[in-house]
Amino acid sequence: MGLVDSGKMPKSLTKLLNISRKYSLWVYQWGLACCALEMGAAFGSPRYDVMRLGVIPFPASPRQADLVVISGTVTDKMVPAILRLYEQMPDPKYVISMGSCANCGGPYWDSYSVTKGIDQVIPVDVYVPGCPPRPEALLEGIVLLQEMIHNEDPAERWKGDPIVVGGGEIS
Amino acid sequence: MTTDHITAELDINDNEQLRYIAAQAVDARVNVELETEGMTLNIGPQHPATHGTLRIVAKLDGEQVIKAEPIMGYMHRGYEKLTEVRTYPQVTTLVNRIDWVGSFANEVPFILAAEDLMEVEAPPRAQWIRTALFEMGRIANIMLFLGDMAVQLGGVTAVFYAFRDREFVLNQIESVTGGRFHPNFNRIGGIKDDLPAGWIAETKSVMQKVRDFCDEMEDLVVGNEIFQLRCRGVGVIPAEVGKAYGLSGANLRASGVDWDLRRDGDSRLAWKDLDWKVWTHPDGDSFARYWVRLQETREATYMVEQILDGLPTGPIMAKVPRIIKVPAGESYVQTENPLGVMGYYVISKGELTPFRVKIRTASFSNMSIAPWLLEGVYVPDIATILASLYFILGDIDR
Ligand code: SF4
Repeated sequence: MGLVDSGKMPKSLTKLLNISRKYSLWVYQWGLACCALEMGAAFGSPRYDVMRLGVIPFPASPRQADLVVISGTVTDKMVPAILRLYEQMPDPKYVISMGSCANCGGPYWDSYSVTKGIDQVIPVDVYVPGCPPRPEALLEGIVLLQEMIHNEDPAERWKGDPIVVGGGEIS
Repeated sequence: MTTDHITAELDINDNEQLRYIAAQAVDARVNVELETEGMTLNIGPQHPATHGTLRIVAKLDGEQVIKAEPIMGYMHRGYEKLTEVRTYPQVTTLVNRIDWVGSFANEVPFILAAEDLMEVEAPPRAQWIRTALFEMGRIANIMLFLGDMAVQLGGVTAVFYAFRDREFVLNQIESVTGGRFHPNFNRIGGIKDDLPAGWIAETKSVMQKVRDFCDEMEDLVVGNEIFQLRCRGVGVIPAEVGKAYGLSGANLRASGVDWDLRRDGDSRLAWKDLDWKVWTHPDGDSFARYWVRLQETREATYMVEQILDGLPTGPIMAKVPRIIKVPAGESYVQTENPLGVMGYYVISKGELTPFRVKIRTASFSNMSIAPWLLEGVYVPDIATILASLYFILGDIDR
C-alpha cells in the first residue's frame, strides 16, 4: 500500500481500488441500545436486506471489519471498550454513528453517565440522525458512505467533512 | 480346613485391596497430567449472547462454570435522576426507552401512577386502546425473543422469520402512534389520537399472521430435536427459588407459578373484561420458558382481537388542565410488562416535575438469579440460559 499512501497511485487504479472497496464493506455491528434493534432490522431482516448493497454484516471480530456502526447510547463506562475494539480494526476504517444518542447524547443530553457523542472519542464519517433512525435511514447512510469511498483519494483520508443523512443539522 | 479357608479369603481381600490401590494411583496420575487450571472467561460487554452490553465474568474449570458474575452498568443512563428534571408529559419520552422492545408498555404504569395522583381516570375507550397497544407491544417484543433464542442455539433461520413478521406488527403500531419503537402516545388522562380508519381490519389480519408465525415457530424451533436437547433440563429454576429471587413474568410462570398481574392485579386496563388464559409450565427449564412465551404471544393475539371487537365508543381524553401540575402525594403502580412486573413509585411535591421516581424493572430481578443459575453448568449452556431468561439491557441498567 506504499503507493496508495504516498498518493503516487495512478488515477485509474485508485478508482478500481475504490470500487472494489466500496462493494465489500464488512461491517461490525456495535449495537448498544434501542437503535441496535433498528440496525438489526436493517441488517438482519428480509425487508431491508443490506447485503444487496454489498455490505456483509457478519464479521467474526472487529479485526476483519472495514466499517463499524455505533448504534445507541454510549455510556462513559462503555467508551474504553469501544476505543479498544476500534483500535483493533485494520485501516482504512470507517465509522457510522447511528442515532441521536451516539451523535450527541440524544434524550440523555443532561445525564451524568452518558457520553455526549461518540465523535469525542473516535472520528465519525457518517451521522445518521433519529431516535431511532428508521432502517432506511441507516441504509442511506451506508450508500452515502459508499459514495464517499468511491470518490476518495486514499492518501487524503480524513481531510473531508463528515456526511449528515438528510443534509440538515444533527437532531 | 478352616484355616485354609480363612487364608483363601484373606488372599482375595488382599488382592482386591491391592487392585484398588493401584487403580487409585493410576487415577491420581491421570488427574495430575490432565489437571486444568482455573480459567477466567470474559463474555461481553459486546457479545451477541448478551443482548447488548451485559458483561459476564465466568470462572471455569475445564468446561464447567464454577462462578459467574454479571457486571452491569454499561447501559446505565440515569433515568431516575433524569425524571426529576423533566415535566410529567416529558417523562414518557424517557421511560419508553427503558425496555426498548416493548416501549408502549413502559409508559402505561407511569401514566397510571400520575393519573392516580391527579385523580383523573382515562375514559374507557382510551383504556381499551391502551390495552390493545400494550398487548401489541408484548407481541412485538416476544416475537423477537422467539427468533433470537433459536439464534443463540445455532438455528439462524428463525430470526429471519421473526424480523419479517415483526415488521407487520410494528407497522400497525406505527400507523396509530407514529413511532415504530418509541410511541410516546400516552397522555395523562387518555391517549393522543384515536385509531386511524381501516386500522381494525388490518390489525386483525396482522394478528392472523402472528399466529401463523407462532405455528411456524412451534414446528421449526419447539419441535426441533436439537433445540429440545439443548434446552430441556438446562437452567432449572424451582418455583421457590424463583420467588426468592424476585422473578416475575414468564420466567416465573414457566416454573409453574400461576401468577399474572393482568389477571391478579387491580389494573384499570381492559384485561379483566377479556376472556383469556394464563399459561404455565411445570418444568422450569429453558424449554419451559420458551414454550410459555410462545403460548403467551398467541394468547395476546386473541386478546387484541377481542379488544378490537368490543371497543367502546366515546372520548379518548379526560378533562385535564393544559399545564400539568401533579398534587403532592405518593403512588405506586405496577403492571405485567412483556418482561415481567414493572412498577413506578412516584413521589410528587406538587410541582411540574416529579420529586422522585423509583423504577422497578423486571429484567433487573430476573438477572439477579443468573449467578445462582450459571453455577456448575457447561459453557455452551450459558448462552441457552441467558437467552431463555430474556432480559433487555436498558431494563436492567436503566
Ligand atoms: S437515539 Fe433514541 S432510539 Fe437510539 S439508542 Fe438513543 S434513545 Fe434509543
